[in-house]
Formats: sequence, structure tokens, C-alpha cells
Amino acid sequence: MNSVSYVRTEMASVRPAPKMYVGLVAWARENLFGGWLNSVLTILSILAIAFFLVESVPWVFQSSWTATSLRGCREAIAATYGEGVSGACWAVIRERYLQLLYGFFPSDSYWRPNLTLILLFVALAPILFTRFPRKMLWFSAAYPFLGVWLLWGGSLWDIAVIPLGLAVGCAAFFAIARAFGSLPGIIGAVLITLLFWIFLAGPLAGILQGIIPFLHLESVESAKFGGFMLSTTIGVTGIACSLPIGILLALGRQSDLLIVKSICVGFIEFIRGVPLITLLFVASTLLNIFLPPGTNFDLILRVIIMVTLFASAYIAEVVRGGLASLPKGQYEAADALGLDYWKSMRLIILPQALKVSIPGIVSTFIGLFKDTTLVSIIGLLDPLGLSNAIRADGNWNGIVWELYVFVAVIFFVFCFAMSRYSMYLERKLETGHDR
Amino acid sequence: MTGTNESPEPTSKNAVEISGMNKWYGNFHALVDINLTVRHGERIVICGPSGSGKSTLIRCINRLEEHQEGSIIVEGTELSSDLKGIDQIRSEVGMCFQHFNLFPHLTIMENCTLAPIWVRKTPRSDAEKTAMYFLEKVKIPEQAHKYPGQLSGGQQQRVAIARSLCMRPRIMLFDEPTSALDPEMIKEVLDTMIELAEDGMTMVCVTHEMGFARQVADRVIFMDEGQIVEQNQPKEFFDNPQNERTQLFLSQILGH
Repeated sequence: MNSVSYVRTEMASVRPAPKMYVGLVAWARENLFGGWLNSVLTILSILAIAFFLVESVPWVFQSSWTATSLRGCREAIAATYGEGVSGACWAVIRERYLQLLYGFFPSDSYWRPNLTLILLFVALAPILFTRFPRKMLWFSAAYPFLGVWLLWGGSLWDIAVIPLGLAVGCAAFFAIARAFGSLPGIIGAVLITLLFWIFLAGPLAGILQGIIPFLHLESVESAKFGGFMLSTTIGVTGIACSLPIGILLALGRQSDLLIVKSICVGFIEFIRGVPLITLLFVASTLLNIFLPPGTNFDLILRVIIMVTLFASAYIAEVVRGGLASLPKGQYEAADALGLDYWKSMRLIILPQALKVSIPGIVSTFIGLFKDTTLVSIIGLLDPLGLSNAIRADGNWNGIVWELYVFVAVIFFVFCFAMSRYSMYLERKLETGHDR
Repeated sequence: MTGTNESPEPTSKNAVEISGMNKWYGNFHALVDINLTVRHGERIVICGPSGSGKSTLIRCINRLEEHQEGSIIVEGTELSSDLKGIDQIRSEVGMCFQHFNLFPHLTIMENCTLAPIWVRKTPRSDAEKTAMYFLEKVKIPEQAHKYPGQLSGGQQQRVAIARSLCMRPRIMLFDEPTSALDPEMIKEVLDTMIELAEDGMTMVCVTHEMGFARQVADRVIFMDEGQIVEQNQPKEFFDNPQNERTQLFLSQILGH
């Protein structure tokens, strides 16, 4: 009996896969018509898309761009396309788009927000894409101050003393830390920075302005800000500030130090438990009660602070999820190599945790950016607030869809860009099958 | 070869001195009255059934675990809760883990140069030269610019060894370095460890590789229930075990 024995004498030749398992046909079979349920759903979906297009495309294109009122639009559309045709009245966008973009910013200074936006992309480039020269990061660091100066105007020196204060603080930190250790260093540095800002910054800016007076832009008060300019200002600042704060909160929540941990947990849970609108109302009304009478604390700044705090609590939880997803071995390996806490966080833990958290972080950013429309409730004229104002105009009374479609499209462009960037980043950071 | 032993003169006679050390996890007495001295250049293998505290013991040596009683003196410095001192000691004590714990977001080269650059403040070019030297020593210089995820388990463990060696440690700790490997990869890692031992590195290895123990160990320690039950030279230990727990253990792992 020899039946289990088998020896191959010659290897079989390999063949290409049969036609119906490769290419377009195979793709359609697999993805569109792979079974009767799948096929029915495919056909229903195609019908639904077709219905939507048939209904909406004529509305978009059988439209009027030139009328000066809603009534004018309707007459023009009836005259061109026949009675009873309903078309979009894009004329309102043509007439009011500047307002939707800039609010009531003085029209002879539109170059300032424009330049700020262009410089924003220049400042973001080295942060978002590593192929730009690293030296550009210096510009990115200076950009926030430059942007504030361009948007609000005034003397450049009033703004420049703020980073100067930070520099003085850093110098103080190194001086004190060398002599007395890092905790006194931090406390001393914070105190010195605050003292510098409160007592020295104003007079110093005045003196510098006296010496070099030409860097002065016409001041624009916050009440004139509006439209997408306002949304972008609040959104970008909120995004830029909430990420580092959120990361620190997440690390604090994981800390072994009881006080730090309690503060972080308390802050995160409180902020997450309160609706953003409540915080915005606090910013717009209640805060004034607690501040000394006569203080003029800019409303947009207050809103930015609230939006930042709100987003940072969510970022903290997203990042905490990323931190928790790392195996304990990563922490141990970093410890075993002799890296101290901050180095192991910065070099080992956070790069991995943040990579895992990218989708969640970007979702929070997108949410933050869209939530900026809530400021219309406290009287700031964001795009939605402005569209209400436009409807209050007798000429455009009753117009709804056109304004909202316009606002929605612009928001979509911003948010979609963020979403695509996050996917690009995830792909770029992919390093083979992890672990 | 002199690469691994270029560190300055030993500051004390013994690499590690553990005396009267106890550790509890909650109410569980994990390590009981441990006394152990590791001389410079000595190779020690610790074995024992799972849960016997062998990993906990060597993790106490670089304070990944804290002990509650007794003293551990590593290179003349007693381990205490002083944070600065801990990082200093950890940079002198290399450790290899069962699951390698390479940093998956960094290339092999970056894995090896990270600690020398950030802890030892070595210039990058020097750190890379050192890294290449040790990568050649563990026989994978050609993988330097790949990521850990692209390497086999055995290659990853050899990189982990090289990563530790790049810090020029005085002592190397191995925590079951071959337990997570496929059988055909165990040999390449053991060969690396044997070579390291022949270079005179002080080594404390938790391992079940009895062939390795027989070949390179100066002393074999058998632990059970958190206590050192028996220690001896490998030949005596394997051929003539005294304690019956040791005899049982050896018959189980060598019997098949």
C-alpha cells in the first residue's frame, strides 16, 4: 500500500485570470450587481440621483443674474423661460457677495483681508507640507501677529510688543531655570511676561511709534467684521490654538499628578457638558459683568477664546483615544532608552497618537469651523447672520435658497479641503503594516 | 571587538546589587526577599515558570517597575523615586523586550539614533555611524532605511538589540527576547546575543532557551513564586539540580 505517497515531477504553469474576473466587468459585477439585493439598490440609487438632478439642474441654470430685486428676478425668469418656471435668483449673490465675504469691512481696505488670506496659505504651507523649506516656519510663527495687524489695523508696534513680551518671558525662563530650577523658572517667566505686557508694552509701543511712525494702518473695529472673513478668522484662530491646548489637556488627563489630572478632567467634562451657545452667551454678555467696569474686551476675541476652549476639550478626548491606542511597550521602550517625559511624548508617543487621531481631530476642526455660524446668535454678522440681514432688505425679502446654497458651497469647499488634507496626511504617514 | 565596552571605568565593583528587595502588586507579593549581585561582564540567565516574577525582577533593574522594600544599586547608584537619576541609569542599561517595541513611525536608522541624539546629545553624523556599526554587527545594515513594519520578527528583535547597544550601555537586560518569534528566527537572535556575550557585555536574560543558557551563562537562576529558588553554574544547574521545583521545571521543559 503506497496510496499516500505523491511526488510532483513537473510544476504546473500559471495562467492569467479569466476575463469576467478582471477589469470593468468584474468591478461592476462585484460592486453594483453582486446579487439581487445589490442590483435593486443600484437601480434605486440611480433613479434617486436622476430625480434629484432633473429637479435641481433647471432651477440652477434657468436663473437670473442681473435683476435688482426678487420680484425683478421672477419677472426676468418668466420672460426668458416662460411662465411658471421656477429658477434661482443668483442676482442677490451678485449684488451682495462682497458683503457676504467681508461684512462691513471698509471697501477701500479689502486688500487687507485678501492679503491676510494669501499670507495664511504661505504660513500654512511649511506646516502642512514638509517639502517647503523649514526656514518658512519663522514666517509662520510671525504670521498670527502680522494677521492681527492687517485685519484690525493700528500701529504695528502695538502688536509687535506682544511677541516681544513672549521673548522676554523665554529669556527670563532660561535665566531663572538655570539658577533655581524649572518650576520657579516657569512661574517667574509667566510673571515677568505679564508685567511686561501690562506696564511696559504700552509705553514701549508709543516710543517705537514715535521713532518709526510709518507702519500704521487705519483701525477697523470688530463690529465691522463679518461674513466669511469673520468665520475664517474665528475658525482658523480657534483651530490653531485648540490643537496645542487639546494635546496638553489630553496629556494632563493621563498624568500621574493628581492636581493636574483633576483640573484637566474637570475642564474637559465641564466644557463638553455645556452647549457652545451657552459659552458664546457667556462671552457676549456675562463676561462683562465680571470684568472691571470700563474694560473694553474685544467681542471677537472673547468669542475666539470660547470657541477655542470648546474645541480643545473635544480635541483632548480625541487625542486621549490616540494615546490609549498605543501599546504600553512604546512607553516602556521610550523610558528604557532614558528619554525623559517630555522627550518621549514629543518624539515617540505623540507622533503616533496624533497620527491615529487625525480623522477625529480633523472632524473636530470641521465641526469648529461650521460652529462659527453660531456667533450670529450673539449678534455677530457671520454669513448666516448676514443672510438674515439681506432678507430684511425689502428688495430681497423672501429669498432663502440662493443665499443658503452660496453659504453652503463656500463652507463645503473649506471643509472638503480639510478632509482631503487629512486623508493625504494619513497616507503620507503610513509606514507599512504597523507593529 | 571593543565597541560595547568603551564606556568609562566602572564606578563600582558590581554592575547590579539587589539586597532584601520586595515588591507587591496591591496585596500580591510578587517578589520576595530578592538578593542578587551581578558582577561586571557576568552573563546571567533567569528562568522559571510563567508568573514566577522573572520579568518583574529585571524590569525592576531599570525601574520600569518600582520596588517597595530593600535596595537596588545599579552601577553604584541606588534606585529611588528621583526622576533625573532614573533617566541617567536607564541610559546606561539597555533593554530588549519580548515584543521588540521598536518605534513604528521611525525608520530603523532613526530608531537607533534617537536616544543617542536626544539623551546623549551625540551629533547626528556620529550617531548614524555608531548605528551603522551596530546594525552591521547584528547583520542587517541593508535594512537601515526601512520601517520596522517591513521587517520580520527576528530582524526587528535584532534591530531592538542594536538600538540598545547604540547607547553604549554597561548592562543589557533581555526580557524573553525570543518568546514572540517563529522557530526559524530564534536562532538569528540567539546568535546575536551569543556574540554580544562573547564581547564581554554584562547581561541579564530572562529566557527559556536552555541551550543558550548552557552555552553562555556564567550563572543560571531559577525563580518560582517570586523567589530565587536555585542558582548555579549552568553545568551543575542542568546536570544536577537540587531543589525539587527546579527538577520538575527542567524535566518539563527538557523532557519533550
